[in-house]
Amino acid sequence: MERNLTHIALFAALIAVLGLVPQLTLAAGVPITAQSLGIMLCGTVLGARRGALAVLLFLGLTALGLPLLSGGRGGLGVFAGPSVGYLIGFPVAAYVAGWVVERTTLKPLWAATSGAIIGGIGVLYAFGIPGMALILNKTIPEAALIATAFLPGDILKCVLAGLITQSIARARPGALLSRP
Amino acid sequence: MLTLTSPVKTPLHRIAPGAKLAALALFTAALFTLSAPLSLGAAALAIVALYVTGGPAFARHGIKMLRPVWPFVAVVALWHTATQDTATGAAIIARMTTAIAAANLVTMTTRLTDMITLIERLATPLSPILPPKRLALAIALVIRFIPVLSERITVLTQARRARSPHRAAWRILAPAALGALDDADHVAQALRARGGTV
Repeated sequence: MERNLTHIALFAALIAVLGLVPQLTLAAGVPITAQSLGIMLCGTVLGARRGALAVLLFLGLTALGLPLLSGGRGGLGVFAGPSVGYLIGFPVAAYVAGWVVERTTLKPLWAATSGAIIGGIGVLYAFGIPGMALILNKTIPEAALIATAFLPGDILKCVLAGLITQSIARARPGALLSRP
Repeated sequence: MLTLTSPVKTPLHRIAPGAKLAALALFTAALFTLSAPLSLGAAALAIVALYVTGGPAFARHGIKMLRPVWPFVAVVALWHTATQDTATGAAIIARMTTAIAAANLVTMTTRLTDMITLIERLATPLSPILPPKRLALAIALVIRFIPVLSERITVLTQARRARSPHRAAWRILAPAALGALDDADHVAQALRARGGTV
């Protein structure tokens, strides 16, 4: 019981800290942050249920007014902004990423990379694009066009999520809670 | 840990957080039904007036909180200038900015402790699945461990920089995640040794 609670809390803190890591800027001038990498890792390392709860805890603290989102954003305002779809999709993305790692027998690298792609890109974009379309009053294809700017960075993050999950599986097999 | 609450005291600080949240929900719901320039302008003016009553320092803080919105404003503005539909574009920008500014206003005028108390009270119906005290413990753990993990990432980055000429910053992420997993185990042991979670 205590172990579940502390893992959820510590990974919620990890998502916040990854948002503070300085942003990289891709060639096209699109900023990428490690924050969504944190969301993917919650799922691939903690597993579906704990991962989603860690993300929910992180979002709850953001809504309470802590500046935890990348770029020091936070408060209730972010839930009225164009990124609201992504925020709602975050816990679902972590759940799906964790589910893939839990339910497949692939090696951790491939399980986590594919989980991160399905959850962190497939599911997340399915929430994020309609959200952006709604707030910016665009059609879904128009919003999808804006979202593709982030696709290269997100693919990179999925590969990193796979590599990091693999390192954890090698260094401390017992610590990978998504593979009990 | 810094919060987004404004240190400048305004009359809005004295209103109960629950009332502010309810008002915000109603205001935002109403805002998304408006499309006439006149009514949107009136809603935006009302929010600006609330910021101005807080004084110049408070209003400046409010403008700073809106900074992450500008890229989206720019995208919408460019888009609608290109499609020659500036009226719709202006309405979208006004609605979005007003909704965000209103929500920021609640965040800026409500202390974190008051917000946590409110959440604990709102979560009482959930107590069979989620005891409020456990939620409070989880919130406290996150707030406590953000600086700890942040510090560890700094140390790992410095250690790596001292030993490797390559930048590859992502390589410190695996040890950072492992550190968080270890911390979680240690805190769980410490909690159990003291009688377990509430």
